Formats: sequence, C-alpha cells, structure tokens
Amino acid sequence: MSRKIDITLTVNGAAYAHAADTRSTLVDFLRDDLKLTGTHIGCEHGVCGACTVLVDGEAVRSCLMLAPQADGASIVTVEGLGAANGELGALQRAFRKHHALQCGFCTPGILTTAHALLTQEPDADADRIRDVLSGNICRCTGYVTIVQAILEARDAYRRPADAGTSR
Amino acid sequence: MKLPDLDYIRPGTLQETIDLLVAYEGEAKLVAGGQSLMPMLAFRLLAPKILIDISRLPGLNAIDIGPDGVRLGALTTWRDIERHAALKTAHPLLAAAIAHVAHYQIRNRGTVGGSLAHSDPASEFPALVTTCDADVVVHGAGGERVVKGSEFVLGAMTTSLEPDEMITGIRFPAWPAARRWGFEEFARRRGDFAMAAAVVFYDLDAGGRAADPHIGIIGEPERAVRLAAVEDLLTGRVIDRDVIAEARAIGEQAAQTSDDIHTPAKYRKALIGTMIERALMTAAGLELRPVAA
Ligand SMILES: Cc1cc2nc3c(=O)[nH]c(=O)nc-3n(C[C@H](O)[C@H](O)[C@H](O)COP(=O)(O)OP(=O)(O)OC[C@H]3O[C@@H](n4cnc5c(N)ncnc54)[C@H](O)[C@@H]3O)c2cc1C
Ligand code: FES
Ligand code: FES
Repeated sequence: MSRKIDITLTVNGAAYAHAADTRSTLVDFLRDDLKLTGTHIGCEHGVCGACTVLVDGEAVRSCLMLAPQADGASIVTVEGLGAANGELGALQRAFRKHHALQCGFCTPGILTTAHALLTQEPDADADRIRDVLSGNICRCTGYVTIVQAILEARDAYRRPADAGTSR
Repeated sequence: MKLPDLDYIRPGTLQETIDLLVAYEGEAKLVAGGQSLMPMLAFRLLAPKILIDISRLPGLNAIDIGPDGVRLGALTTWRDIERHAALKTAHPLLAAAIAHVAHYQIRNRGTVGGSLAHSDPASEFPALVTTCDADVVVHGAGGERVVKGSEFVLGAMTTSLEPDEMITGIRFPAWPAARRWGFEEFARRRGDFAMAAAVVFYDLDAGGRAADPHIGIIGEPERAVRLAAVEDLLTGRVIDRDVIAEARAIGEQAAQTSDDIHTPAKYRKALIGTMIERALMTAAGLELRPVAA
C-alpha cells in the first residue's frame, strides 16, 4: 500500500519539507504538491524528455524517479533558470532570439537539459549538442533553431559569473 | 499512466536489503536507476507491493581496474563509465559499447546491475557480459556466489537470479593491450536500443593469426549470443577481407532472428551480418570499401 513519507529537498534554492506519496513520481510531486508546473509531463515513461530537471547537478527524467528518491536532493527546474533579477537567463534569451520554440511543450525539458550540458561542457559543439538532444522530442521546430540557440548561449556559460542564471 | 499502488523503503546496508527480499517473498522489487523499472510500472506490467531502493547503498558504485581485469560495482552508472578516463585503455570495448546506451538524462541514472538484471535482449551491457564471459557477483540469503557471464541471462528479461538475490558486481577478465576488437551497432536514432550489434575481439598469435576469437551479437529475440560457427571459422586465420566476407555470410546464417514490430526476420539477419563485417573490419584495421554509386 502506498503511504506518505516525509522528505526534505531544495528546489531552485528554496528548502521544502513535505510528505510525499510513495507511489508519486518526482514530476507529479513537483507539479501537484509543490505547484511548480513549469516541468511538463509528456509520455510519463521515459521517452520524450519533457520532464527533465536537474538533480544534484545532473539532468534526469523526473517521470522515472520516485518522489521519495529525491529526499535530500538539490533540484533545479525550468523555473530556476531565470536570472536573479527576474529577467530571462542566457539560454532563455537565446531561445527567444532564435525562435527555438513554437508550441513550447518540449521547451522546459530542453532548457534544463541544455543548462546541465553547458554547465558541465561549456564548449560542447553542434555534434555533441545534437547527441544530447537525442533524448528530447520536439514535434514543432525541427531542432535547427534549438541547436543554434544552445550554441549561442555557450558564451555565457564559459564565464559562469555572467551565465545569467540565478543558480 | 500513474504507478500502481506501492510502498517504498530505502535500506542502509546490503544485509538489510537481502533481509527485505527474503521477508517479502518475491513481492518486492529492487530499484536502482529506475530507468527500466519505472516504465514497466507506468505500463502496469509489474505491480510489486514495495520498491526497495538500493540506489544509495554504500560501496557499490566503484570501478576498480587491476591486473585481473575490471570490476564494476552494480550501481556504476553509464555516466560513471563514460567519465572514467582509464577505462578507455583498460577495457576499450566496454567504453566504446557503453557509449551507445540510451540518452543523456537516462545515462545519469541507469546502472550496470539494473541493465543486467533487466536483461532486455536489445541492450548492450548484457551482450558484453555474455561475449566477454564476465563473472557476475551475486549476494543472497545464502551469501555470495559467482555466476559465469555465459550462464547469467537465460532469456528475454529472465536471469538466473533467485528472488532473494541481488547483483553486487561484475568482473571483466583482464584485457591484453594488443587485443584486436570492434563494436558496431545499428539503431534508428542515437541512444535507442540496438536493432542489431556485433561485439568482436581476438588476440593475435606469433604468426598474426586470430587466437581465441569472441563474436557476440545482439538481434536475436531472447538474448545476446556468441556465434560459435563464426568463432570456429576465424580461429587460426589471418583476418583479411575474404575471411571477413565468409564470417559475415556464416554469421547471417547462424543468427536466429524472428519477425517483430521493428523489422522482418530477414532484414535483421542482414543487419547482423553487416554489423559482424564492420566490427571485424575495425578489429583488423581495414577500411570499408565505399559503396559504388
Ligand atoms: C528511453 C530509454 C532508452 C533506453 N535505451 C537504452 C539502450 O539503448 N540500451 C540499454 O542498454 N538500455 C537502454 N535503456 C535502459 C537503461 O539503460 C536502464 O538504465 C537499464 O536498463 C536499467 O538500469 P537501472 O539501474 O535503471 O535499473 P532499474 O530500472 O532500477 O531496474 C531494472 C530491473 O533490474 C532490477 N535490479 C536493479 N538493480 C539490481 C541489482 N543490483 N541486482 C538485482 N536486480 C536489480 C530491478 O528490480 C528491475 O527489475 C533505455 C531506457 C529508456 C527509458
Ligand atoms: S514525461 Fe518523462 S520522459 Fe516523457
Ligand atoms: S516547440 Fe512544440 S514540441 Fe517543441
């Protein structure tokens, strides 16, 4: 039988203590319990990448993690990618400039994936970016503008102080 | 779909884990990376009473390289392997094959123990364990036992693990620096499961002939297998284009494929042959001839 377990975690820099259902996925916990609805649910079984968030600095699919497994973790969702002053972060600005989104459904997962990638590999080239994007499905853009936007945002990540993201 | 109704527990030690497996008598499931189990739960293909989270068990994610070979703790992730610089020389085949496993986000969580226990016939790691005849170290209520790689996977999603047992590590035999090897895979998209793949290695004797060749393939419906017919053909031969052409033909004949949702059996046979050819070409240091226009 499922039951509630008390967990503590940090999401976008804010600390939370919350009772999580043992059958709840991390994405449902973020959306339904913490009301952070920026993270999207597409397939709910690991193939589309829409639900990507960072867990302790690594991009993961939040539909393939149980909420109790995030106990003690530090999480960054798309809501955490803006600049401290409330403006868009470097990746978000580049996405807007290059029209790297149309319907926007895949965008939170692609932004978080690219944020993890550029934080770890600020010199990732177009091939590496495409390789990493193989895990994110976008039905609208054809990816060309997404790759352009990520390439452009690299510059900000090479100088972490002005990456333009709050965390 | 949402997950079935289930409880969750995170034991702190291996012994506690085994005790829980014993107490739940087959109604519990271990969860490591969750990258195969969570989809199975979401599809309601499984409905265990409780998930036992082993992802934080201490001491099970080490990569040890020594004179006897490479030992991977069961919780080693695909990313751990990718980031381990010394593995590229200590076991270049392992490093190259694992580069084909899944996508970025999945690679951060998926583990070698989970992949082997799940034993999807299209997955790379069980094919390496089978072809390299690695030792699988297993712990259960009766203590530790070691299962030979060739005897571990019994069929699609079926292994020789008992309900009270878990994998704790995998030991790959030492890899001589001069060993010739190749790994080739065909998938529709980067990071997808293999439609076909070939895992190939052999040593060279004093006369430059192949000694003790190992030829494994992915593409049969039940599991990855070694092709004895191809290994027999290659033993004691200088690996040149003619021998490789013969190996491809024999491999295609020997592979037991069947029609499925991805491909007709015949096409998959042809793919397997092509992968064997390409992997042997790489191993022998030969260039593929460009296809005539
Ligand atoms: C979209 C997608 C694409 C993928 N593509 C590939 C691919 O190309 N190639 C590939 O090989 N894999 C692929 N995978 C699967 C992925 O590699 C998984 O990580 C791996 O198969 C299972 O590892 P895990 O740690 O996530 O196991 P889990 O999902 O946690 O567990 C899987 C099974 O193994 C059992 N188990 C886990 N650990 C142990 C242990 N130590 N001892 C005994 N039993 C254990 C569990 O009880 C469960 O039954 C893909 C997955 C997804 C979602
Ligand atoms: S919703 Fe998680 S991968 Fe599709
Ligand atoms: S912008 Fe519509 S799915 Fe990517």
